[in-house]
Amino acid sequence: MKINVNSTDYTLDVPDNTTLLDALRVHLNLTGSKYGCGEGACGACKVLIDGHAVPSCITLVASVQNKAILTIEGLEKDGKLHPMQQAFLDADAFQCAYCSSGMIMAAIALKARNPKPSRQEIVEAMQGNICRCCVYPRIINAITHG
Amino acid sequence: MDNPNITAHTVTRRNFFKLLGGGVAIILTWSDLFATGEIADDKSIAAWIHIQENGKITVFTGKVEVGQNIRTSLAQVVAEELSVPVNDIEMIMGDTMLTPYDRGTYGSLTTPTMGPQLRKAAASLKDALADMAAAEWKTDKQSVKVKDGKVTGAGQTLSYGELTKGKKITIPLNDKVTLTPAEQWTVAGTAVPKINGKNFVSGKHKYVSDMAVPGMVYGKILRAPSYGASLVTANVDKAKASPGVTVVQEKNFIGVTAPDPQTAANAIARIDAQWTPSPQPSKANIFAYLKDNARQNDSGKSAKEAAEKAFAASTIQVKQNFEVQYIAHVPLEPRAAIAIWENGELTVWTGTQRPFGVQEELASAFSIPKEKIRVIMPDTGSAYGGKHSGEAAVEAAKLAKAVGKPVKLVWTREEEFKWAYLRPGGLVEVAASANKDGSITSWEFHNYNSGNAGIDTPYEAANTHIQFHPSNTPLKQGSYRGLAATANIFAIESVMDDLARKLKRDPLEFRLSNLKDERLKNVLQSAATKFGWKKEKKAGHGYGIACGFVKNSYIATCVEVMHDKATEELKVIRITAAYDCGAIVNPLHLESQTLGAILQGLGGALFEEIDFMDGKILNASLSSYRVPRFTDIPPLDIVLINRKDLPSAGAGETPIVAIAPAIRNAILDATGIKLYTLPLIPQGLKTNS
Repeated sequence: MKINVNSTDYTLDVPDNTTLLDALRVHLNLTGSKYGCGEGACGACKVLIDGHAVPSCITLVASVQNKAILTIEGLEKDGKLHPMQQAFLDADAFQCAYCSSGMIMAAIALKARNPKPSRQEIVEAMQGNICRCCVYPRIINAITHG
Repeated sequence: MDNPNITAHTVTRRNFFKLLGGGVAIILTWSDLFATGEIADDKSIAAWIHIQENGKITVFTGKVEVGQNIRTSLAQVVAEELSVPVNDIEMIMGDTMLTPYDRGTYGSLTTPTMGPQLRKAAASLKDALADMAAAEWKTDKQSVKVKDGKVTGAGQTLSYGELTKGKKITIPLNDKVTLTPAEQWTVAGTAVPKINGKNFVSGKHKYVSDMAVPGMVYGKILRAPSYGASLVTANVDKAKASPGVTVVQEKNFIGVTAPDPQTAANAIARIDAQWTPSPQPSKANIFAYLKDNARQNDSGKSAKEAAEKAFAASTIQVKQNFEVQYIAHVPLEPRAAIAIWENGELTVWTGTQRPFGVQEELASAFSIPKEKIRVIMPDTGSAYGGKHSGEAAVEAAKLAKAVGKPVKLVWTREEEFKWAYLRPGGLVEVAASANKDGSITSWEFHNYNSGNAGIDTPYEAANTHIQFHPSNTPLKQGSYRGLAATANIFAIESVMDDLARKLKRDPLEFRLSNLKDERLKNVLQSAATKFGWKKEKKAGHGYGIACGFVKNSYIATCVEVMHDKATEELKVIRITAAYDCGAIVNPLHLESQTLGAILQGLGGALFEEIDFMDGKILNASLSSYRVPRFTDIPPLDIVLINRKDLPSAGAGETPIVAIAPAIRNAILDATGIKLYTLPLIPQGLKTNS
């Protein structure tokens, strides 16, 4: 099985029902995407597949073989944070920060299709991402400015 | 292991410099913290600060970071007293080998106990640097200045590291040392961003669930179908036949290890197990069950009689039962552990609020001395009181011992819901009465099962009878943010509103007239002013207010709700809160704690509840157990009251306690409907009215 993650090609030998999340975390040691629920309900595992934010925990790795997969590890360029990562940092938009990777990936996808989202558009687009520490207002700030 | 020469896995006074390098260290004992008068042996050490020869300053504390940002705030107070930039401080936390014993990071104890003592330790250390320089330069201590990481005097300047080079000195705490008052803070009291924040936004921070060690296999445990079920038989042949899978079976414990998590999960699914269930209470009859199984408490008989008599003689009466459901913490990172056995010694990485408690759990599980066990707690994906225990650590260590390899075990969300513990459910019975002048004549209050926290009324009452009745919980229960205060203050503040309404008094003014505590009155007035309590309401809108205090910090919360009669939709429009927890150490992170607690409390107030029947949790998933999400979040306005004249209190719990009663009272104001359950409206307002 071949997949392309962060512009790098990888060959994997994994059980058929392996999720993209396990493939990334266990087999490629890309652990920035997190496990939170295993049913696509919390957003901690979100990655971009051809630009769309998708929960990797309910995506079989076999189904994304010819797609461009982007994870949190692929955002930094020349040691510089992506503007959305910087916005999260500047807004202190986290407490335990376990949700941050998925939040940032979902926010990047939102901004790509809607560069200036309103508060209402942000909360609707981000509804699939849970911050259990509930610092939602700070995350909304970060996305507005990111 | 970091240092193979260390056999006993504990840093002590004797091996401190051998293990950590030379320099000057100050050792802080538990008797310094709690004035217990115990002899300061190694076990009683509470924390230490070490200035290494290279100038590196390291603080060792058994406290742990779960998102509350004490890694940042403790570094700030040390930096303040040592007069160095906060980035010069490294915090080593929650490692049973490297850090001194600590009973745990809970109960809002870090800021009021560890914080001030680290300040005192850092100030003592700075003072000792002046002594050292004076002696070395043969000059008067008064002429030596210790500031900005440098010691100056007698025409010389040395960095802290240069001064301490070649020394191996431990310094006792100087109880008489002068601390920098909060008014003069320049590092403490400021909005220092999260230490290592960049590692978190780049995905580089390794939570335990992200870690890997060489030769590691993945574990998975066979779970019972319900609480109290016992295993009759299990056929593990198919699981054993899977490539790379090892089955571990010890009495009722069955687990597997495999080269990857999916193979481990597949193997568990192939086990054919027969279980015998045992009768268990269900959600439908839980409150009767809790009361029937409560321990009777006959103390305070005369107080009870006096309260009953005053109640009967009063014209304004409220008698009401409150039902509070079990809820789950749902830390976004479920329990996880990696266990390694080497030469009879065990190392475990796990996310826990009590690394030393987990060390004891492991010692008892394997009947080995705890000195042979090292528990390490990397900064973890939240806890909220839900990670006091070491279940995953024990399970991983069992599997690792049996298969002779390091084992990683990460609980699924379903396991976290079913096999961790919950905030207790509880039944609260209140009978309260007042005179026509608004003075409270009697206050009788019984809590069954949820606990003691916040049980005392802050209001003046002529006769009180207040009791907590422990019961047998059918579900695993334990600590939670604010614990029982979320139930008790909900009941207290709801009854206060009901009394105010019977008296036709304004709920804010009625509270103020019955309070003596100035700090509580102050947050009530601050929140009400900011909220615009007296502002006119739109049709269908209602205002609610509630307040409470836990562990020396004070919260008042105002809420506006809107009720659409046509659609039955109930919406929280906005929240305003005022919070006073003494001198503010970090306003940025205090605001995060406060808004986070209030919004987390919104879930328990409106819709969070564990559903269970016959020993089974029925909503053990994030698609069926609802937690607050983006669209649930109303505009939130927080007033932080900075009492620089008062000691800093912990802020992780108190802000959660007033949101539920404030919403309940706002619903009452908007609709006239009195709700007495938590959650308030799991199915919308209609079914509860």
